[in-house]
Amino acid sequence: MARIEAEVGKPQGGFMKWIDDRFPFTSTMKYHATEYYASKNFNVWYVFGVLAFVVLFIQLFTGIFLTMNYKPSAAEAFASVEYIMRDVEWGWLIRYMHSTGASFFFIIVYLHMFRAMLYGSYKKPRELIWIIGMLIFLVLMAEAFAGYLLPWGQMSYWGAQVIISLFGAIPWVGDALVEIIRGDYSISDITLNRFFALHVIALPLALIGLVFVHIVALHEVGSNNPDGIEIKNNKGPDGVPLDGVAFHPYHTSKDLVAIIIFLMIFCSVVFFAPDMGGYFLEHANFEPANLTATPEHIAPVWYFTPFYAILRAVPDKLWGFILFGLSVLLPLFLPWLDRSRVKSIRYRGWIYKSALSTFVVTFLVLGWLGTMPAEPVYVLIARVFSVIYFAFFILMPYYTTIDKTKPVPERVVYHG
Amino acid sequence: MTEDDLDRNRRHFLTVATAVTGVAGAGVAAIPFISSLKPSARAQALGAPVEVPIGSLQPGEMLRVLWRGKLVFVLRRSKEMLANLSDDAGLLRDPNSEEKDQQPDYAANGTRSLRPEYLVVEGSCTHLGCAPLQDFDVRPAEGWGGGFFCPCHGSKFDLAGRVYKGVPAPTNLRVPPHRFVRDDLILIGQDTGAA
Repeated sequence: MARIEAEVGKPQGGFMKWIDDRFPFTSTMKYHATEYYASKNFNVWYVFGVLAFVVLFIQLFTGIFLTMNYKPSAAEAFASVEYIMRDVEWGWLIRYMHSTGASFFFIIVYLHMFRAMLYGSYKKPRELIWIIGMLIFLVLMAEAFAGYLLPWGQMSYWGAQVIISLFGAIPWVGDALVEIIRGDYSISDITLNRFFALHVIALPLALIGLVFVHIVALHEVGSNNPDGIEIKNNKGPDGVPLDGVAFHPYHTSKDLVAIIIFLMIFCSVVFFAPDMGGYFLEHANFEPANLTATPEHIAPVWYFTPFYAILRAVPDKLWGFILFGLSVLLPLFLPWLDRSRVKSIRYRGWIYKSALSTFVVTFLVLGWLGTMPAEPVYVLIARVFSVIYFAFFILMPYYTTIDKTKPVPERVVYHG
Repeated sequence: MTEDDLDRNRRHFLTVATAVTGVAGAGVAAIPFISSLKPSARAQALGAPVEVPIGSLQPGEMLRVLWRGKLVFVLRRSKEMLANLSDDAGLLRDPNSEEKDQQPDYAANGTRSLRPEYLVVEGSCTHLGCAPLQDFDVRPAEGWGGGFFCPCHGSKFDLAGRVYKGVPAPTNLRVPPHRFVRDDLILIGQDTGAA
């Protein structure tokens, strides 16, 4: 009896102490979960970070299984994807999860970025979180682009042709650079092989590393909230922010609901509309790559189309490349372009609210235009919206300065 | 050792020297890795010239062949096609083929070819590399004398592969090195050596 009590007295302490003396397990769990305090008034916009993590996991997991059957060679790639789809048990499910996951990754990341714009999450002291996040976005774009070549379909081939050719627009070094990217005089077996290496090793490693740094930086300064208030400024006698609750178990249990709803939507697409009418999987890609004929209508996958529309709106190769690059990189500078005294949209004036709404519409219209053929009328509309797109960023220091803001409350506010 | 014993200059020199050596070493070590990305010996060998028999090519017909994995158009232009060429010089960006990189010297002429009848150009739009579509119908109402149209971004080229103004493609279609081995045989990828 006494012996049992003695064991019960320190059943966890014994083992955990042994671990903690050798590895900071308990302190890390406290710092990042059970004693990481995030605002009580998180709304639905705050689930996309966790969801991005879930999709990253889905992509890594399904990707490993796809790699076991995929052949990264020009002669075999297309057939090996068909083999996965037809002959490998449940192969179709694994591949559709991966292809659907790619699109959902971008949906979630775009919403996650929009949340930051809504509530000024990129503003001081969270500039570095935003910059790391933008790097994640860039690596994600590269990852998606490299992955899209792998099935070696018509769209894989010609889409890669267009995007790689973009780098040829750089003066002097362009042609040499393109040759180094392709490793050949045209996109070939060699290109496919190296894109495979980038897609399954280099870029995922970079992605995981950046996500880790993103979270470390976030937990250093603490999460923002829909009021844009620093909850650390109002602490109770125990040193815990009055408006904060522990990430685990409070936010995690709420996030679990979001994850379940997300998986319901995700599975609906995987099972009932994996090609999403040609937006998630383009129909031209069901044909093997044909080096002698470009598909009549060539468009990138939907998540690149806003930037692609800007590229196409410019009637000059070099300027097209510059503005295309700029349209992707400009959000990087948001922390310094935004001069508003307040963070959250709740306390901003009508000017920023209209600007942000216009930007959302512009982004969506450009996205739609990027999927349309290169006809003069679409190009013209794309020019108008490209100007608005750039104006949103370039004029931001001005209009956020003159915008009339409302007073920000001391403590977070609950709505509904 | 105390603070006073420190020779700061010496320490600074060693720090800088170590950093410089390290960076230089990393730079040199990068060479094999970057070089490995360039076209390999096999890729270069596979990029050997290709022979294209043109004996059965009729006027107005076009062959599509691959050289170094790149699409090459071999078009036998009819008399009308050639006659249409000179008309639209004002609409073109580089009508006289002054852009040196876009053709060998022997093709920097009015028809951009060795022999006026045969046009040999890379079927790769100089904008972003899509394969232009052939559109040889003459439509005077649209000011179109026949040529190539790129479906990706709307660039237009005439029947000598010369780019029109006001389209995204910056230069004329590239003429690959080539020569006539015989009257009915073109070698693409090489323009010197005995026939």
